[in-house]
Amino acid sequence: MSRITSPATSRLQTLARNPVMIALALSLTLAGCASKKNLPNNANDLGLNGANGAGAATPGSPQDFTVNVGDRIFFDTDSSAIRADAAQTLDRQAQWLAQYPNYAITVEGHADERGTREYNLALGARRAAAAKNYLVSRGVPANRLKTISYGKERPVAVCDDISCWSQNRRAVTVLGGAGL
Amino acid sequence: MMKLIIKRCVMALLVLAAAAPSVFAEVRINIRGGRAEPLPIAISDFMSNGNLGPQISAVIAADLQRSGLFAPIDKAAFIEKISNPDAQPRFEDWKAINAQALVTGRVTQEGDGRLRAEFRLWDTFGQSQMIGQQFFTQPENWRRVAHIIADAVYKQITGEDGYFDTRVVFVSESGPKTDRKRQLAIMDQDGFNVRTLTNSNDIVLTPRFSPSKQEITYMSFENNQPRVYLLQLETGQREMVGNFPGMTFSPRFSPDGQRVIMSLQQEGNANIYTMDLRSRTTTRLTSTAAIDTSPSYSPDGNRIVFESDRGGKQQLYVMNADGSGQTRISFGDGSYSTPVWSPRGDLIAFTKQAGGKFSIGVMKPDGSGERILTTGFHNEGPTWAPNGRVLMFFRQAAGAGGPQLYSIDLTGYNEQLIKTPAFASDPAWSPLLE
Repeated sequence: MSRITSPATSRLQTLARNPVMIALALSLTLAGCASKKNLPNNANDLGLNGANGAGAATPGSPQDFTVNVGDRIFFDTDSSAIRADAAQTLDRQAQWLAQYPNYAITVEGHADERGTREYNLALGARRAAAAKNYLVSRGVPANRLKTISYGKERPVAVCDDISCWSQNRRAVTVLGGAGL
Repeated sequence: MMKLIIKRCVMALLVLAAAAPSVFAEVRINIRGGRAEPLPIAISDFMSNGNLGPQISAVIAADLQRSGLFAPIDKAAFIEKISNPDAQPRFEDWKAINAQALVTGRVTQEGDGRLRAEFRLWDTFGQSQMIGQQFFTQPENWRRVAHIIADAVYKQITGEDGYFDTRVVFVSESGPKTDRKRQLAIMDQDGFNVRTLTNSNDIVLTPRFSPSKQEITYMSFENNQPRVYLLQLETGQREMVGNFPGMTFSPRFSPDGQRVIMSLQQEGNANIYTMDLRSRTTTRLTSTAAIDTSPSYSPDGNRIVFESDRGGKQQLYVMNADGSGQTRISFGDGSYSTPVWSPRGDLIAFTKQAGGKFSIGVMKPDGSGERILTTGFHNEGPTWAPNGRVLMFFRQAAGAGGPQLYSIDLTGYNEQLIKTPAFASDPAWSPLLE
């Protein structure tokens, strides 16, 4: 069996000759070495969805935000419009964030599984942007806010009907977090 | 990371001289006219010292059977036991069991360790040899040799290229839905030789083959930055595609392999961009306050099909490669997404959502002739076999723990589960490897 010089090899040679590409490869390597933050995603991860001490959280703590303010809002199918109930939650979030200005925030956008993958990535991003823009309109500085979309890839509720899908169509405001 | 090599394993190809004079009538399946009755064919055990001969025969028979166009005959029914694959078989014995065609062969080890595999395809009723070829390869490539022989038989009898010597890249999924681990994986088209290409630390999605078969473009959430990447299969080297100011996703290669086309998300909108892999220059093709995504080139590279919700719901649009002439082509009930242009250029496959069901279908590039191939709780993400006759997609049944891969003929018949070790989604079929 004879080895054939592959286009892959020639592209790598191109890479070596191209300073922009070298810089890119370098920055990838550095980013890969950076320690990874493992922040809890939501109330489920924190074990706060339930009777274990809701309301007893220290004021100004992430638990306080999740339990007493509400870290997430929900959307209608295929929609990124902020519903009236969601606006109330975001108003509380904006007040709390004004009171505790040291937190950077990431808004995570999610879609339910009743859509195709690529569209849901964009729909999650659209929902995150809608929530972010609402918070900004309520006085949260835009430079405190990042967004990320997980599309339909990170459901919190798992079943094959509307009761779960409606919980998964959400934007979650995460203190810290991992957005752009 | 894991190294994986798609090398051209094969090989000197020699044509074996016909052992009998050819006659005018050749056995043939016409697959252009819709559904064809499977052709009865006998695949005799290849002669060999050990088990390898029968194993190769079994892979050939399985490929042909799965295509739905052939019906391999149970070996127990064979009358003649082939002892010399170079000699003309006793055609009467094969006609007696209604074998329209017969494959004979031999596999031997060369002095240098290579395998030599030879086969002959016989037209039993025409009483002639249709083709005879031999191949040399490393012993570990024995399954590929079998697939190449199956392709040769398929092509000789149908008149169209086969698709058995191909691979499929996909996303292997494990763990609960709320904490799903995803890895890129690659396998032969028949589900064998599965190997993972990435670790499970980051979400990876939508892998697609380059035309050269040497690279994969895909989306990864590495470092919590959802971006499009390239992966070199031979070296395992990865690089981000471009330096965009937001999420890039839904990548695919251009037919010449020189560009990656993808979506860039900015605020609530996604638009379609290309990046030239040599010059690193990017070109914006769409500019709408909408979600434009899932771009796929026509095989000649002149046009692009994509999905957009600019009209409200997701629908399919076609534009010229420079972004001009954006025209909606889907007008049925429901929404349409994940369009993929056929390698033959004549059809576009898509996912359709309507009435709470997810279907896989095809339509002509002008939007006419829509045909649904399969419908159910959730079918998504078709990919074409390189001959444009078979599609693969993923399906999640209601109540199932995760998705699985299926293939289906363009006719809508012959749906087949592709068994994978874990749940699997986002399949992408390679071009023919040879």
